[in-house]
Amino acid sequence: MPTKTLAGTPVDTDDEGYLVNHSQWNKDIAAALAAEEGITLTDGHWRVLDFIDADFKEKGVVPGMRRMNKVGNIPTKDLYALFPDGPIKKAAKISGYPKPASCV
Amino acid sequence: MKNLLILGAGTAGTIMASHLRRKLPKSDWTITMVDRASHHDYQPGYLFMPFGIYSADDVRRPMKRTVPRGIDFREADVDRIEADTNRVLLQDGTALPYDLLIIATGVHPAPDQVEGMVNGDWRKNVHEFYTFEGAQALTERLKSWQGGKLVVHICEMPIKCPVAPLEFCFLADTWLQKQGLRGKTEITYVTPMSGAFTKPVASGILTKLLDEKRISVVHDFAIARVDAEKKAIVSWDEKEVPYDLLVTVPPNMGAEMIERSGLGDELNYVPTDKHTLQSKAHANIFVIGDATDCPTSKAGSVAHFEAEVLTENILHHIAGEPLRSRFDGHANCFIESGHGKGFLLDFNYDQEPVTGTFPFPGLGPMKLLGESRLNHLGKMAFKWIYWNVLLPGLPIPFVGHKMSLRGKNIPPKEVKAAA
Repeated sequence: MPTKTLAGTPVDTDDEGYLVNHSQWNKDIAAALAAEEGITLTDGHWRVLDFIDADFKEKGVVPGMRRMNKVGNIPTKDLYALFPDGPIKKAAKISGYPKPASCV
Repeated sequence: MKNLLILGAGTAGTIMASHLRRKLPKSDWTITMVDRASHHDYQPGYLFMPFGIYSADDVRRPMKRTVPRGIDFREADVDRIEADTNRVLLQDGTALPYDLLIIATGVHPAPDQVEGMVNGDWRKNVHEFYTFEGAQALTERLKSWQGGKLVVHICEMPIKCPVAPLEFCFLADTWLQKQGLRGKTEITYVTPMSGAFTKPVASGILTKLLDEKRISVVHDFAIARVDAEKKAIVSWDEKEVPYDLLVTVPPNMGAEMIERSGLGDELNYVPTDKHTLQSKAHANIFVIGDATDCPTSKAGSVAHFEAEVLTENILHHIAGEPLRSRFDGHANCFIESGHGKGFLLDFNYDQEPVTGTFPFPGLGPMKLLGESRLNHLGKMAFKWIYWNVLLPGLPIPFVGHKMSLRGKNIPPKEVKAAA
């Protein structure tokens, strides 16, 4: 399992750079993960990350686009503006959760 | 006298009615089944209608022929489920009290969920084949097809029968060749996923097949809107795919009644224990088929396997016992690959589809994840099996609800999902 150092802290990740242990996550690590994606975190980003965090704690999975819209009140357009090219995957990575499972 | 109420008389509801009428004594239990339709459709048959392989008569039967004996059938629209008072309200004001409720209301295409989809071009140059009416309209449209850009498209996952859009591509390829129109038709497959299919081994094999048939693939395409004037689908990141004929799979939503009842998630699927099939919110409500939020395919084979488990668990529930029967996510799908051949997939929650033989290890006669004429014949024979074996709740020989690992070539280390 790869280990890398983010914000001065060693963390365990999978092959694609998603954290495998959410307890190693904190806001500084989020900023470092975002920087890897070329994103500087703003309040708008944190609204999305906070929703993913709360929803994951309740449901055990990263919410999909429709759930972000309907339950999180975050329009898809905003998600693409904040996290270009695959907002769910990027937001999941920055919030320290696994890559969203593909559907069946 | 106790009441068992089944909402939905599709594949899952009808199989449950067949099983339970045999298991529950008539002296103790009334079984009522409610559906708004007056007919029952063989849904896998919709795919074959546009190419003239099946006619309307092949896929549709009057409900009176498919509802099992001893079931009180009501043709009615459900207003909502009142779980706190254990009753279902119909739109005509009737209240149906229940001791046990089975939700089998499925999913349906919801094209109004995509901006611009149901505007000017709907059922003209924008079509779907997941409803009887849609398949009929598409049949008519193909009759005047002279060539151009044919785009086969999935809006978002999950969808019912996730292999059907691929099968549509393969069958269209064959049909166009026979019409002498293949050279004049560009086929493009557009998907929100990162590959051709949801599971890696199958995805690799299917990608190769698309390539051989000169069908191009646009992946990671999240549709924002249909631009009917420009005749293009447009993604959230402003990519455009132009079409002359768009065959799309709209978002698959659960029944609106589920939303009115406050029992669903954001897609109106009912949160369900994926092993016992009991609803997470109410002990006397069970859910089966496409209506659940279980992480397996939304498909008739799944409903069939689930029905065996659910029948046992309902008997456990009535006896006051723990729900001991467990569903493993087993799905079994034939994939039409064109030119009279087909593939077969067999998988569950934990095991993705792999190559091998089915149902007998080493002998077959069906090949898993390999193309053969017998797999195609299996799919064609399935229509008879559906009406005569599946709906009456009779067992299919050698194929049980627990998926078998025997005869499957399991890779030493599962390849990581690309999607």
